[in-house]
This record gives sequence, C-alpha cells and structure tokens, in this order.
Amino acid sequence: MEFRDNKAIYLQIAEYVCEHILLGKWKADEKVPSVRELAVEMEVNPNTVMRTYELLQNKSIINNKRGIGFFVDEAAIDNVINYRKQQFIIDDLPVVFRNIYLLNISFDELENQYKTFVKENFNA
Amino acid sequence: MININNLNFGYSKHKPLFKNMSMRLSNGHIYGLLGKNGAGKSSLLKNLAGLVYAQSGTLDVMGFNPAKRQPALLEQICFIPEEFYLPSVKIDAYLKANAPFYKNFDHSYFTDLIKEFDIPVEQKLINMSYGQKKKVIIAFGLATQAKLVIMDEPTNGLDIPSKAQFRKIMASAMTDERCIIISTHQVRDLDNLIDTVIMLDENDVALKASVEEITAKLTFKKVKEIDDSIIYAEASLSGYNAVMPNYHQEESKLDMELLFNAILAEKIKFKPLFS
Repeated sequence: MEFRDNKAIYLQIAEYVCEHILLGKWKADEKVPSVRELAVEMEVNPNTVMRTYELLQNKSIINNKRGIGFFVDEAAIDNVINYRKQQFIIDDLPVVFRNIYLLNISFDELENQYKTFVKENFNA
Repeated sequence: MININNLNFGYSKHKPLFKNMSMRLSNGHIYGLLGKNGAGKSSLLKNLAGLVYAQSGTLDVMGFNPAKRQPALLEQICFIPEEFYLPSVKIDAYLKANAPFYKNFDHSYFTDLIKEFDIPVEQKLINMSYGQKKKVIIAFGLATQAKLVIMDEPTNGLDIPSKAQFRKIMASAMTDERCIIISTHQVRDLDNLIDTVIMLDENDVALKASVEEITAKLTFKKVKEIDDSIIYAEASLSGYNAVMPNYHQEESKLDMELLFNAILAEKIKFKPLFS
C-alpha cells in the first residue's frame, strides 16, 4: 500500500480496514487478517497494526475473540460511517470549505457538481 | 534483553567513541539505529555481538557478557554485518558448515526465504552479486531463529523488489520474543518497520523514543510560513517541512529524515521533551 505523508501510519491502516468493510469485502462476523498477516501485507511493524486494531476495537468496528482472532463487528458499517464522518469533518472539510470560499463557488454549483459525481461514480 | 550501563568504548584511548553510554532494549521491538557517519552505529552493534570489547562499563545481553563469546549466547544472536566475506562454496555446503552452530536452525524456513529472494542455489556464494550475497546471509541469519537480530545497513545493495520482500520478511520475523536492531541511513526503506528510534551523536545516545512517543510530542507537517512555534524546518517546493511541539494532539506521520536533521541541529531544544 502507498502511504501518504501527512497522517500517522496506524490511522492510514485503519482507513484501509474501514474501506474494506464499507465496500463489503470484509463482512460482519467474518474474521479479519491477523495482526501479523496485515503487517506483512502493509510492510509495517506488527506493533503498528496492533495499535490500529486497538483503535478499531474502541470504535466497535472489530472485536477480539480471545484465542481465535479479530472479527468484523455486527454493527461495523454504522460504526465505520460514524467514525469516518467525524474524521472527514475534522480533517478534510476545512480544506474543502477554504477552497469553496476562496474560489467563490456557489452552493447551487456545488450541488450540481455533487449530483453529477454521484451519478458518474456510483450510478445512484 | 539488553542492558548497557556506563559503556566507555573507543578504538584508541585518546579518541573515545562512547562516553558513559547507558541504554535498555527489550524484546518485541524493531529498533532503528540512526547516526551520522562515524557516530558509532556499527561499533555499538559489534559491542552487542561480542566482536569488540568495552573499555569500561557493563554490557548485559540476555544475561551474558557478550565479550566472553559463550556459545549459549552466540547461538541466540544473528548478526548481519555491512561488510562480510562468503567462501567459495555453494549454499548447501555453507549450510552444512554453519547451521549446526545454531540448535534451533530452521532449514525449511531457510529454503522458503532463498526461494522468495530468488537466489540461484547452484551458484557459488563468492560468484554472486553483493545483493545476492546479502540476501543469503539475511536468510541464514533469520533461519537461525536467534532472539537478538542485529542488522547493519541490511537494505544496502538490495534491488527494488528485494527491498519490499525484505520489509515483508521483517514484519513477519518480528515476534514478542525477538529484539531486532537495524542500523540504517536508508530510513525511507525502513521507516514503517521501526517502532523505536535510537539516535547516536556526540559519544552518546541523543534520542531513544518510540514512534508513538515522538509523534505524541512532536508534529511533522508542511507549513507555508515559519513562526516561533517551529523547532526546525527545511525548505521544500511548497513551503517548509517543519517539526513543532504537538500542541493540538495531531496524529502526524513521523518523518525520520527530518527528525534526524532536527536533532542534529537543535539538540538542546529536544532534550527536555525526551528525558
């Protein structure tokens, strides 16, 4: 995986796991890769993945069945959405807002752009 | 795992390399050993492996003094030096001669690693390229199952795919029982593997802190302008890459090269943060 420069690695791995859950690649009650498996795949220290998994446990996105491994939580999708929404509002939205302000983009124009984007990318 | 107490070491009496150096290292970590050329990275590693002797102070590695070179300790140490010599034999003869010194040597793991690294087994070791030789000793070293793994510039000479393989292999080799110490100048090759940074400068340990602790105390980010809060900054295309105290609990990614230069330049400012 290509990591970005501006965010702690353990959080970038958390995003990766969340992405897999949102896209339905890892489903509720299914086992997720072990700490070591994911560390090897990502080429990172297993302690970093452990930190990711602790964070995701705290957010009830995955849970730890002792001796068996980590599993996708039943309510994972809702919890991922909540967690990602918070992250988006804190991290990304200020940058978007700044550009909207500086470039004087109207909300009508924004709405049109948004609808086109959704149509093209998600067929919704 | 390792306890260094008031270590004094130098290659001549008049030019000490380490003055009263003390440090503890534990298992379950990958330590990244950083320092300028000549700061003593390789010498510290050699002290740990019993290849050179301290002038005074104590060194305790898994309950042993490495200078005594007892077999019970040496079979638990895997040392990958930067410069090495391999004899004019093929891999199987090399194994036959060397593997018996390590009672936990894992032959099938060795075979797997050699396959993964794409090493030509029919070729004599001496005729291999530097990078291929290096991969052979890395594979041998890890297959010894040693608890202390010491690597001096392991990615030197590895080609691009081998570096990624090396990172994967190290991620899987790191267990709770193992202590891995890697010295490197190529921090970009390894920065996501390292969980604790040890930096040597001016005859002593200038910094020893986990990545978690460093990023809890410091923020690494791009800024447009320099202000008083910034401890150290380097000009880049779009502004500055800066290090500053982490006032707002930001979760930034540790930039090891920037940290390295920052500590060399502003040692006094960092001292109170990490004591």
